[in-house]
Order: sequence, then C-alpha cells, then structure tokens
Amino acid sequence: MASKGICDRVAIVGMGCTKFGEHWNRSASDLLVDAVQEAYGSAGIEPDNVDAYWLGTTGSGISGLTLSEPLKIQYKPVTRLENMCATGSEAIRNAAYAVASGAYDLVMAVGVEKLKDSGFSGLTGSAPPGDGTESGMTAPANFSLLAPAYAEKYGVDLETMRDVLTKIAYKNHYNGARNEKAQFQREVPVEKINASPKVAGMLGIMDCSGVSDGSAAAVICRAEDAHKYNDNPIFIKALSFVAGPSEGAKRQDYDFTTFPEVVESARDAYVQAGIEDPREQISMAEVHDCFTPTELVLMEDLGFSPRGQAWKDTMDGRFDLDGDQPVNPDGGLKSFGHPIGASGLRMMYEMWLQLRGEAGERQIADPKVGLTHNLGGAPGRCVSFVSVVGL
Amino acid sequence: MSGIVRYGSYVPFNRIQRSAIGAGRGERAAASYDEDSASMAVEASREALRELPEGAAVDTVAFASTSAPYSEKLNAATLQAATNLPKSVTALDLGGSTRSGLSALLAGIDMASAGRTVLVAASDVVVGAPSGPRESGGGDAAAAFVLGGNGTEPIARLIGRASCTEEVLDVWKSPGMPFAKQWEERFGADVYTPLLVETFGRALADAGVSASDLSRVVLDGTNARVFRGFPRPAGIAPEQILDGLAGTVGRAGSAHAGLVLASALDGASAGDRIAVAVVADGVDVAVFEVTDAIDAGRPKHSVASWVESKRNDLAYTTYLKWREVLPFEPPRRPDPDRPAAPPMQRAERWKFGFLGSRCNRCGNTNLPPQRVCVVCQAVDDSTVEPYADGECRISTYTLDRLAYSLQPPVIGAVVDFDKGGRMLCQLTDVDPDNVGIGDELEMTFRRLYTAGGVHNYFWKARPKR
Repeated sequence: MASKGICDRVAIVGMGCTKFGEHWNRSASDLLVDAVQEAYGSAGIEPDNVDAYWLGTTGSGISGLTLSEPLKIQYKPVTRLENMCATGSEAIRNAAYAVASGAYDLVMAVGVEKLKDSGFSGLTGSAPPGDGTESGMTAPANFSLLAPAYAEKYGVDLETMRDVLTKIAYKNHYNGARNEKAQFQREVPVEKINASPKVAGMLGIMDCSGVSDGSAAAVICRAEDAHKYNDNPIFIKALSFVAGPSEGAKRQDYDFTTFPEVVESARDAYVQAGIEDPREQISMAEVHDCFTPTELVLMEDLGFSPRGQAWKDTMDGRFDLDGDQPVNPDGGLKSFGHPIGASGLRMMYEMWLQLRGEAGERQIADPKVGLTHNLGGAPGRCVSFVSVVGL
Repeated sequence: MSGIVRYGSYVPFNRIQRSAIGAGRGERAAASYDEDSASMAVEASREALRELPEGAAVDTVAFASTSAPYSEKLNAATLQAATNLPKSVTALDLGGSTRSGLSALLAGIDMASAGRTVLVAASDVVVGAPSGPRESGGGDAAAAFVLGGNGTEPIARLIGRASCTEEVLDVWKSPGMPFAKQWEERFGADVYTPLLVETFGRALADAGVSASDLSRVVLDGTNARVFRGFPRPAGIAPEQILDGLAGTVGRAGSAHAGLVLASALDGASAGDRIAVAVVADGVDVAVFEVTDAIDAGRPKHSVASWVESKRNDLAYTTYLKWREVLPFEPPRRPDPDRPAAPPMQRAERWKFGFLGSRCNRCGNTNLPPQRVCVVCQAVDDSTVEPYADGECRISTYTLDRLAYSLQPPVIGAVVDFDKGGRMLCQLTDVDPDNVGIGDELEMTFRRLYTAGGVHNYFWKARPKR
C-alpha cells in the first residue's frame, strides 16, 4: 500500500512567480496574470499550447473562473482546488498526474492568494456553518504548542529553545535578504527577533511567516516532451500527499513533537524517489516554516536530523545557506511570505532556480536533489505534501 | 409534606473591589465575560442535581431571572440541555421582578405537592448604571433547588408561607432602558416595611411557630432601608438575621434569597427553622424546617467555598467592557461566526450535555463523539460517555494573544481526561501567569461569545474551585 509514483516521468519546463508582499495596487487577478505570463515566457509557449489548468487558492476566488476570466483562457478545463496551506503543492501534484496519465500533454499549475485585502491580522478563513464548539485557537497558538513540548521531551532548556527558534528566523531572513522576490528582504538582528511582541506561547511576531499577496505558476509536461520546451527542465522524482485522521487532537498519546502526517508523506516520497538516506541525499529543501518551531520539528520528521537532534543541527549551521543541507534558501514562508495558495508553487520555483543554477547570490553549489514540503492544518490535525525533484 | 430535596449555589470567580468603583467597602461578585444568568444557573443546577436521592426524577424545570440571556427563546431549555434532563420536562422561564426567585421556589413546592419533581434555578447578572448604588451593591450569582413531594425525602420542609403583592413604583426597567431605575428609598421603605411585618406574621402563623422559634432569618429586597424598621415589630433578634453577603457578593437579584438560603442550609442542623423573606413589588415569605436528611443532602460546594475561591482585582474598565457598558477597540480579527441552528441541533448532546462516546469494540473514548472510532475505526458502535463531571488535567497549553476574546489572551489547552479522551479547549477563571502542565481542571458551562444575537454556549475548563 503506497503510491507507485511517477519518478522521472514528468518535468517542469517553465515557471513564474511574482514578488510576494503587500500588493495594495494589485488584485488576485493581476497577480495571476503576472505569474502565468512569466511562466508562459519561461517555457516559451503560447496560451494555446496549454491543455488544462489547476488553480490553487484557499480564499481568493472560487471555481476555475478565478483563473480563466482574468487570463481569458479559451474554453479549457480549469480546476480550482484547496487543501489548506498545502494548496499550491496540490495544484502541482494534480497537474503532474494529469500529464502522466496521458490525458493531456501540457498543463499548468497555478497558485494565488490575496490576503492583505481583509484588514485583519494573521489568517482568516470562512468555515461552513457550525455548532460553535470549535476551539477557536489561531494558527500561531496551535503551532506554539510544539516548542515547549519539544523542549521538554529532549531536555532543551527554554532559553536554548528560544535561541534555536531565533536562529531559524534569522537564517530565513538572511536568505530572504538575498532574494528580490521575497516579502522581507532584510536581515533581522537576533536581538530584534528575541524581543518581538508575543503572539502565542513562546512565539513572537518574528517567529511567524509573513502574511502576503502573491502568485506562482508552473508549466508541466511528460519527461519525453520536456526538451521541446526548455533546454534545462527539472524532473519530478516523487509527489506524496497525506491527510491525517486528526488523531493528535483526540488521543492522549500524541505529544506535539512530531507531525505523523509529515513522517508518512516523507516515507512515501522517499520510496517513490529511491531516497534511502535523506540527510545525505537531499541537497536542499524548501519546507513549511509557517512558524519557527514547525521548521525545527520538520527537520526530524523529514529525516534530515535524528530525533532530538534537529536543534543542535540548526545551531551548528547545518541548514544555513552555506551549510551541508540548506533549508529554505529562498527565505521560506518566514521571509518570502505566505500567500497560501501560492506557497507550494513558490517552493518549487526555488527548486527550479537552484537546480538550473539561476539563484544568483544565494545559489547553492551543485545541487542534485531538492525537496519541497508543504503543510496545512495544525499539529495533530493536518495534511502534508512532500515532493522530490532533480535533474 | 413538600420541600427542598437538594440545593446548589454558584458564585463566579471574579470580584471587583467597591473601592475600584469609588463606592464604599467590600467587593461584589462579577460574572466573567463568558458567563450569563443561564450559564450560571447551569453551574448551580449541576451542584443541586449531582446526587439526587432515589425517587427524585426531575420532570419540571423553572428558570428565574431579571437578566435572562434571551427575552424570547426559552432559557430553561438551555438549562435542561446542559444538565441532561429528559426532554419530557415541563420548562418555564420566570422573571419580571427580583422577587421571582423566591416566587419560583414557592411555585415549585406547589408543583411538588401536585406530584412533580422540580428544578428551580434563579440567576442574575446585575448591571447598574455606572457609579450608581445598583452597580456597586449588586452582585452576580445563582442558586438552584430541587423540590419534591411525597416519595422524596426533603432536607428542608416548607412549613409555612405567605405572600403579598403591591402595585408600587419602586424598581423599574422598560424594554430599551439600559439600566433599571429606582424611586427614592425612603418612599419604598415606608410602603414596604409594614407589608413585610404583616406578611411575615402571617407566614409564621401558617407555620405555627413564633419568631423566637426561628434559627435563621433571610431578609432580601430591592431596598435595604425596608429592613431597618422590621426586626423590632416582628419580634426578631439581630442575631437571628443571617449575613446577607453584601460585603462579599452583593445583592444577586432574583438569585439572592436562594443564595443566602443556601448558605443557611450549609450551616443548618436537623430541626432548624429558617424563614426567607423577599421584598420587591410586594413580599414573599417562606418558612422551612430542616430535616435529618440535611447532612446527606449538601452540595459539593458550599456558598462559603464559592465566596472564598476568587480573584478579586478585576479592573473597573474591564468589568464595564465585560458588561458591554464601555465600548472598546476590537481586536484586528474577524468577528466570530454566528453558530447555525441545524448544526447546533445535531450536536446538542455534545454542545450542551457534554456527552462524548466510548467505543464498544476497543473502549477508547472520543471527544466529541465520533461515528468512526479514532483508535480502532469501528463504525457506529459506541455508547454515550458523560464528561461534564470528568476529572481532567492540562497536557499542554498556550496563550493565544491573537484570537478574538473579550479577555485576551485566550488560554488554549490540550486537556486530557482521567477516564480517557482528549480535547482542545479554552481555559477560564485562570491567571495566565499561573498555569502549568499537569494542573487539575474541571469543566464549566460558558457562553463563548454572542454573534448575531445568538449566544454560543459551550464548555470550558477551569482550575478546580
């Protein structure tokens, strides 16, 4: 019982990504036009060449019309999908499987989110009519549960834990400062991260990802066609997606130091891609650093660090841009920003740049295999996506 | 003879110092931002219903309040649902005067004499105009009584009673008025004192006892001046009059007489005779005789224990914000959604009754109840598991400074029950600086918020009181 996978059967031949940030003067439609046009250009194709589209957005529109109307797509299939914060990655996965099936030859995965029009802090969602018994906790509160639980389980004192979280935020801002498309393009001093106003539990505002607007897009085809469109395509090695049964919120044995959904999606992806030792074989990763402790726990769930060791690897610089296994080289959700539906595609965009040697100042030396990880929900109750891509 | 079978009381956790209002000494009880008269009535009723004697099956529910959360929609139905009483109960709301609490008690005893078993809960959140005497002298609390007739063994029998009704302009509040008003007290005292003396005398005659036979006298009313001229003509000695909790709770509207009666019962011995008089729009007097069953019939919490369990530094501005007297800057978050009627109906046993499920196959408990067991995935094979009285503790927690609340930060906790089962829920009546993993908790019925005029009731956890 596992996904059979489509290792090396599907390629990405073009990508586009807007700058993420507070686009007061750009609508979701504007951002879609910008990202899709850039992707068309990147693959050297015309709109007519694309057989079908998958559009991921959690709340910036409903139905395929959200994409077909601004781009005037001429009577083609456009699927709008949503899978919480992993929405963008789901667009890639569904589009890739569609070309792998042979139903289409050339497709596009697009993601968009326009968060800054709401006027509210943090994320807002519209739940279906309910009975009013949900806990009402916000995302930072849910993820803040990870930090003390991890510290207690592995005997890390809370002062050290604070240093670890700060290091993650510092690293991701350092990387984002080298990225002209990131929401926040400045390094942030450690003292400022430590002193940022508290949002939930141990987490300050500088432990949270950026709330932003943005869009990204990928052009996808079967591997045998890849060179028709691009001399330097990247190839999909694995796509894995898991929705958990929401046990952690209901069972007393869940301890908030791991995401079982991530462990399972990583295991599945590594089988598909033939990865036996992710710590050694994965050159770089874009992971779902929605809050700093999430990145810490992910390093262990993805197999980059042994259990209880990720905090040391983090402090030792293993995941720095110039470390042995760079994580979030583009700045991550923390610094690049997190327009929900676009984030999974933004992660893939960095793989596209890095694998093709186009990452400029933050180029990692000779990366072979990259991983993207995208998460939606909360500890104990989430969905998780893992992709492995390479040359 | 009919009487009180069980009783319970509830005083909320927060107190505001009268000095903080600039109005005299002592403190008053203040319902928290997540409480109202219905939720407090549930708390008092849980106390009264916890260990009912054999033969006492409640078939009637009455809710008395001058601050009912809904002016149309049966508040007694919330009480029925949250205490898991059968749907076959007769349920009614009473109000209109702070005398309604004792009136409801007397009516309940009449119903008990007709063969019913009656839960009467009186509860009030007393809001007065800022800096007025009702604000500083009022208090928030609830009291509940289970009343039974033949076939039940009361802890206190009603042995005498009398009533008097007077059309008089003393305290009044019309629809649309934010606060009640009161005519000058000297007038009320002149009208009421003779009525009280006369009615009290009739009640004693009905009971066949004299004033000196009374162990305790509970005096309550809208106008304290009424009682100045009462003891001498009534033949009551000052030491017979029970402390009215004015310095610790304040006058809790329609709940007050019941609350003070509960404190009398807390300290009563078999054979004690207790008279209760309420003066508001007339007079009700009830005379009880305590029975041998009293020691087995006391609730888990005495009035004194509620009074002692408190946080007493509530800021006046916070109090005014909670009571929606003072407008305030809302958090930069969306207003909470109005809960929807059909989902609430479907989830009633969870939302109000706090009933989970226990898997018949593997024994795992599921909160909220699940059709498919989270452990063994058995489908539609479970039994109801009650959780309202479940012992529980904090597995982990966080302070959520972003979530919408009238009292940020929201304290979100992962709560594990000793009998199995876990839920994420909010903590209440707790100091954010004094929460720890492993802390023992108990569940409490609260109003999470109000949206679109709909009160969203659900359960929270609080440190043990």
